[in-house]
Amino acid sequence: MQWEVVIGLETHAQLSTNSKIFSGASTAFGAEPNTQACPVDLALPGVLPVMNRGAVEKAIQFGLAVGATIAPVSVFARKNYFYPDLPKGYQISQYEKPVVQGGRVSFMLERDGKQEIRSVQLTRAHLEEDAGKSLHEDYQGMSGIDLNRAGTPLLEIVTEPDMRSAAEAVAYARALHSLVTWLGICDGNMQEGSFRCDANVSVRPVGQKEFGTRCEIKNLNSFRFLEDAINIEVRRQIELIEDGGQVVQATRLYDPDNRETREMRSKEDAQDYRYFPDPDLPPLAISQEWIDRVKAVMPELPDAMRERFVRDYGLPEYDAAVLTQSKAMADYFEVLVVAIGKEQAKQGANWLMGDVSSTLNREGVEIADAPVSAAQLALLLKRIADGTISNKIAKEVFAAMWEAKSDDTNAADNIIDEKGLKQISDSGALEKIIDEVLAANQKSVDEFRAGKEKAFNALVGQVMKATKGKGNPAQVNELLKSKLAG
Amino acid sequence: MHTKSIKELSSLLRGKKISATELAQLFLARIRQSDLNAFLHVDEELTLAQAADADTRLEFDDATLLTGIPIAHKDIFVTQRWRSTAGSRMLENYVSPFDATVVSKLIDTGAVNLGKLNCDEFAMGSSNENSYFGPVKNPWDKAAVPGGSSGGSAAAVAARLTVGATGTDTGGSIRQPAALCGITGIKPTYGRVSRYGMIAYASSLDQGGPMAKTAEDCAILLNAMAGFDLRDSTSIQRRDEDFTQGLEKPLSGLRIGVPKEYFGAGLATDVEQAVRAALSEYEKLGAKLVEISLPNTSLSIPVYYVIAPAEASSNLSRFDGVRYGHRAKEYGDLQDMYRKTRAEGFGEEVQRRILVGTYVLCHGYYDAYYLQAQRIRRLIAQDFQLAFTQCDVIMGPVTPTVAWDIGDKADDPVANYLGDIYTLSTNLAGLPGMSIPCGFGQGEKNVNRPVGLQLTGNYFDEARLLNIAHKFQQATDWHLRAPEGATAGI
Repeated sequence: MQWEVVIGLETHAQLSTNSKIFSGASTAFGAEPNTQACPVDLALPGVLPVMNRGAVEKAIQFGLAVGATIAPVSVFARKNYFYPDLPKGYQISQYEKPVVQGGRVSFMLERDGKQEIRSVQLTRAHLEEDAGKSLHEDYQGMSGIDLNRAGTPLLEIVTEPDMRSAAEAVAYARALHSLVTWLGICDGNMQEGSFRCDANVSVRPVGQKEFGTRCEIKNLNSFRFLEDAINIEVRRQIELIEDGGQVVQATRLYDPDNRETREMRSKEDAQDYRYFPDPDLPPLAISQEWIDRVKAVMPELPDAMRERFVRDYGLPEYDAAVLTQSKAMADYFEVLVVAIGKEQAKQGANWLMGDVSSTLNREGVEIADAPVSAAQLALLLKRIADGTISNKIAKEVFAAMWEAKSDDTNAADNIIDEKGLKQISDSGALEKIIDEVLAANQKSVDEFRAGKEKAFNALVGQVMKATKGKGNPAQVNELLKSKLAG
Repeated sequence: MHTKSIKELSSLLRGKKISATELAQLFLARIRQSDLNAFLHVDEELTLAQAADADTRLEFDDATLLTGIPIAHKDIFVTQRWRSTAGSRMLENYVSPFDATVVSKLIDTGAVNLGKLNCDEFAMGSSNENSYFGPVKNPWDKAAVPGGSSGGSAAAVAARLTVGATGTDTGGSIRQPAALCGITGIKPTYGRVSRYGMIAYASSLDQGGPMAKTAEDCAILLNAMAGFDLRDSTSIQRRDEDFTQGLEKPLSGLRIGVPKEYFGAGLATDVEQAVRAALSEYEKLGAKLVEISLPNTSLSIPVYYVIAPAEASSNLSRFDGVRYGHRAKEYGDLQDMYRKTRAEGFGEEVQRRILVGTYVLCHGYYDAYYLQAQRIRRLIAQDFQLAFTQCDVIMGPVTPTVAWDIGDKADDPVANYLGDIYTLSTNLAGLPGMSIPCGFGQGEKNVNRPVGLQLTGNYFDEARLLNIAHKFQQATDWHLRAPEGATAGI
């Protein structure tokens, strides 16, 4: 039987606010346990939550970026359950009326060797607080509780069951990751848990309308785990059904070491969270003015930037799409273009997508940490444009600049000088070399004169060799032609 | 000295006729001699240190009306130096690392804290019999309950063990004990007084307020307690008001709404007589009586006993034995630790309300109970708004009967709940309400027990309520009556 995979994702993006969502405690990662938990986070008797407006603004930014409705009134609810790392015995979340409703995330997906645009419908995104952490190691027979993370603001982004493969789910998650980091609302650090996914996975025979029974795989904190966990779960469900069994709705955990998913709890022992509106927090009202204020300070979104790159810089669609994959790359490109001029934009794009990207990939470095700055690269490209060096020599200079890791804006010139890579554009010097080459290659000269065009190229090659690649190619051509004609 | 008003004491303090330290010592001595069980924690050293601070302020003419005035806090307000138990074994030895907003505001005025006052556990109850630390006795008759949940506050003021006290009112917990102990208390509009540092019972209903001998004293205390607080998102941002400003306004033309539902079956004759006499007194002061209807009054009991336990069940989840408070000595796994800790730490009534609240929030019952209760809650609020088109203030009894004997209703929670009928709807609507002494009834015991008159105003009408109460107290002397022993002494 042919099976169709159906996937929906719930992503927890930690919002990068300085303080917690309902208290003034710091959200910085990595502090000593329980040093960043104030009375509100500890749920001491008498404390009350106060909404962090910065967290709301980040949610608004997200909603605007995905074309969602920003609810004029949304409601915080209490999700009640007991656990030692949940100090109040309830989590403040949004249940019936989330702040962001609907929206859509688009991304490129490779299928049969072709890139196609896919788009996933969002159900909602809501604000909530994170719980603390239970530490089971290091405490013989006991558990430790670290409440530093308790109360950290999260945006939970929920999709419709729109994805049809693990690859598509990963492509969506990557696009979402790049969007939230683009907006600067989340640092995207997956190791630290700032961006983690729960995947709802089911299978159904191709052509069947009804969804199959789903399982939810919790807490996938890398794209590789996300892909692997879905693939493993899909295989498990198909094998189960094909062996005559039935999928039982459950929450499962992915074990990357044994490469399997294991049941955490089935639907039967699902808890009743007894949601009700939190009486300590009035409904969250968001006025159009507030939305407008947030919009005014929002960074330009990737789609708008892509269109602008095509329109203003004359870049091909593909180049514009590649350069706007991350904010850091787009920012780098813009600094570069301002320095080298719009006319050179395509040349700049080629360099970024070519030598710069391949070096970044090879070295495993992010563009933001590249040892060659946009200003430094701009000077290098200027030296190509003004004929000081050829494109080929420039690649050598670029590699040297990368190695040198210098902060000097004149790094390109310094290296060209040090290594004596300046192009020979002096006709006297070039003529002398050409004369020598012609004298030494009489055979090629004869062949050219007999009508063999190819012999000309061989002569150009010899001249370039004699100049160690530094001869100005246009000038060499011209001089050689006139000599041979003479 | 201990029977004097805040104004009188303040002028003596400023005139150096008595020092704050002497005044504190006088009240501490009275507390030592008292057997009412009104105080849960007294620390004379801490009190005298605050009194010494007050004396310094008086010395340097940096005094407010409350500087050096002895007050005490219901043990629902957390304090940094005194224990904060909420009347529960769960918090038997708990000391808060911060002061409640109300507590620190009163410290700012220079008021001197005498200690923490007994109350029903987590403010759940109307007789003070639900305190883990034992019931409080009514100073008018030690066999009687003082009312609750602010029973310690009411008894302490009535017995003149303190000049004023803080209380909290979720369904009548300031007004009812004020009535049963013959003192004055005001529950402000919801949002008027910060709830930060008030151990939560039912967040959408809880409201702190002052309890004292007179409306004037309450006005002075409310001036210090009220105000917007950034740390309480439900506190209301309004310009500060001086509640003492309009106390003397004449009452001519005042329209008093008398709800017919408050005078039906169930209201004891002695209480009705005292309340009707008070209404006649108001007529003499120039007010007009208007019969009004609050048709959903009887529904306030089931609505309250769904919403309050629902919120309580969630608010009290934090008492889990993990971070602070009581933890069972022996337990198996985590679930067992929760079960034993909470079974040992919470009393019977608290456990009952947690169970009811958990039940009404459960999937499948939520709509039928919680949502339905919220709908009726809105109707009750609308009834009041309609009534206030016909009158300026609503008056009636606070309780159906005078104080009953300790133990009489202890095994009958429903009987206790029914006694809250006249006070609950004020909280459900979020309105301000007062109780002022208006006479005595004999009940079944043939001993004098106080009767309270309830005043309910529209939102933010506290100043008007205090004015209406003050004028009555100028014309009558019920508020000056004190139980035997309370006026005698030093």
